[in-house]
Amino acid sequence: MSEEDEFELEPIEILELPLDAWHRDKGARMVQFAGYHMPIQYEGIMAEHIWTRDNAGLFDVSHMGQLMLTGDGVAEALEAMVPGDISALQEGKMRYSLLLAEDGGVLDDMMITAVPMGLYVVVNGAVKWDDMSYLREYLPDEITINHMEDRALLALQGPKAVHALKRVVPGVDALYFMEAGSFFWGPKTDPEPLWISRSGYTGEDGFEISVPAAHAQKLADQLCAQPEVRPIGLGARDSLRLEAGLPLYGHDMSPDVEPVEANAAFAISKRRRVEGGFAGAERILNALAKGPARKLVGLSVDGKMPVREGAPIFAGEAQVGIITSGGFAPSLGAPIAMGYVDSAHNASGTALEAEVRGKRVSVTVANLPFIPHHYHRKGANT
Amino acid sequence: MTRYFTEDHEWIEVDGDSATVGITHYAQSQLGDIVFAEVPAAGATLKKGGDAAVVESVKAASDVYAPVSGTVIEGNDALEGDPALVNSDPEGEGWFFKLTLSDSSELDSLMNAAAYQAFVDGL
Repeated sequence: MSEEDEFELEPIEILELPLDAWHRDKGARMVQFAGYHMPIQYEGIMAEHIWTRDNAGLFDVSHMGQLMLTGDGVAEALEAMVPGDISALQEGKMRYSLLLAEDGGVLDDMMITAVPMGLYVVVNGAVKWDDMSYLREYLPDEITINHMEDRALLALQGPKAVHALKRVVPGVDALYFMEAGSFFWGPKTDPEPLWISRSGYTGEDGFEISVPAAHAQKLADQLCAQPEVRPIGLGARDSLRLEAGLPLYGHDMSPDVEPVEANAAFAISKRRRVEGGFAGAERILNALAKGPARKLVGLSVDGKMPVREGAPIFAGEAQVGIITSGGFAPSLGAPIAMGYVDSAHNASGTALEAEVRGKRVSVTVANLPFIPHHYHRKGANT
Repeated sequence: MTRYFTEDHEWIEVDGDSATVGITHYAQSQLGDIVFAEVPAAGATLKKGGDAAVVESVKAASDVYAPVSGTVIEGNDALEGDPALVNSDPEGEGWFFKLTLSDSSELDSLMNAAAYQAFVDGL
């Protein structure tokens, strides 16, 4: 028996994150991911996945890059490389965006928050060093990039996350989805400020908490002491985001695709569609106007056999696409996948086939997300 | 009946010239929740060390190799409806296939239970 572990890369040196010992104490199985030792699971992916959908899961995402961009005109400067309306972003509001190469290819996806100092940007761990060198090369010299390596990042996700977190950090329930702010945690005499946003990557309500690395363990312990909270590994993080139809950078998005075909046209703000002025604008706005030649779509899978990354997709004899993420969906009890499919065959409901180990499996183009999002949106009934 | 083990974490229980094959408790614990298993059809010819079956967890697909050469007598149909048997009873009800051995001398290169335990302890 051999295991092809999709989470294993071949980094030069595997680094430890602030909560390394904490994960091991909790019984985590550690794997190499994005150059770090990270927990892939504790009690089991299936149980952790379901627990997060029903309760609250604590994820250590400290491998992600936390950047602080400062300097006069930082929002306008960053807009040269991202398609969002960053200069209109109000303090305490955040936006999902994409870092674009000169040809419009996607170098990374990221969360950008307007903060009093400038812009707080969270990027993917596996490409954070590349992102920083790209940003440094293309941002004007007066913009400073501070990589906040002294901070850990925790995500608390699930319908009960708000109940658990407000007990530990009072006031966080005032945030709505995609809002962020500074909150005091700990004794009134010596409180620690935490940067907390109401966001995440599971499709559930939840929070992401930036905490000084020195205090990460104490915070993780306090959160896990809440009855709603259990630690959750990377394995369930992947199955949760796949059910939520959220792309995983390096798999569902890469420098080979532009945002429109990556099903991320929503990240191109109105003003930017009119004005352009971002890397690859001509190609991207053309795809927006004419429709992309292929597009990232959801695929429901017949039967029980998972269809995974790399499997070709066929309409009859012709290959019309490729799977970029696939696996078993614990909340659905069935395999699901995402992949790129040519425009003639990517309408919702189109019957296609994927090839797995030389055998054809029936798949159907499905609307994303597979599981409805449960975000705590302003103005929505909750 | 004698049970042997491979370094790829298969077990094979030999009874005369036929045998039952599965994956070990250690293997299932490393794989995690099993969601799908594909077993060989009766009559299939297997070569020692070659692909024999596939087991899929939530996160990945893994090959199960044939511990010895032979001809498949039957695959475990129960795994189709309940692949989690591989987790709950890997060295019993969660077996993958039975085969007729073509060369019983191939068993000589496999480990016994004590040797396999020592092998796993060293991982």
